[in-house]
Amino acid sequence: MSTTEIDRQWTTRLRQRATGKLPPEKLLPDTQPTYVASWIYVFGVATLAALIMVIVTGCILAIRGPLWWHGSVYGHFVNSLHLWSVEIFFFTMIVHLWGKFFMAAWRGGRTLTWMTGVVTFLASIATAFTGYASQTNFDSQWITTQAKDGINATGAGAYFNVLNLGQMLMWHIVLLPLAAVVLTALHVLLVRVKGVVPPFAEKVEVHS
Amino acid sequence: MAFFTALGALVPLDHFGHYFHWHFIYLSLSNLIIILLMIATFLAAILAPFPGRKSRKEHQ
Repeated sequence: MSTTEIDRQWTTRLRQRATGKLPPEKLLPDTQPTYVASWIYVFGVATLAALIMVIVTGCILAIRGPLWWHGSVYGHFVNSLHLWSVEIFFFTMIVHLWGKFFMAAWRGGRTLTWMTGVVTFLASIATAFTGYASQTNFDSQWITTQAKDGINATGAGAYFNVLNLGQMLMWHIVLLPLAAVVLTALHVLLVRVKGVVPPFAEKVEVHS
Repeated sequence: MAFFTALGALVPLDHFGHYFHWHFIYLSLSNLIIILLMIATFLAAILAPFPGRKSRKEHQ
């Protein structure tokens, strides 16, 4: 195969484009800008840490099943870890959202970074909702019977039936976590491509 | 275990929750506490000094 043919291969072009946009030293940098030394910049990675905990505990719950998480001490413990990881995930994500909103984090060509964050937030709400609907207890019965009227009013009830436990569980453990994780990965990659948004300049020069 | 029993006695969970109602805003006490904690954390994140920030600026 000639060099020209190799250069024209989609794998070669994709690799060159990927490494051009995101070289390894940019993907895993050794240093960060000085302005990142602030607590407000910590909440993005805190959200990521909570997400990892949510996925790990969710995998354990998936392996052992509802009888285990309702009927054993360790099951209760892992179930609680899963719930509290989600609570911390949303808590840190909202503080991260406020920080980035007041920083106008979409500046400097970061629109897509901001938008992937917004869509990840929405996907996370849907994931949490289907999680509440999949608990298989009185709480999930109450939530789903209350939610069905709202969902039916939107016209989505025929395709997204909150009273169908199997469907809610599949959305909760397959489709929505996949969307949330892919979107989060894209969000983090975009942060690495565009860099962390700087704060507003302290002094603004006005030219007459 | 005794600690959690004592905590459970302080926060009785066997009755209808407390709710606050201002015009169109309808919030449970637990959600209100979480929102206030998030606001406090947000303000602390902005105002609290970050360890090593001063030395980094001097270094630069």
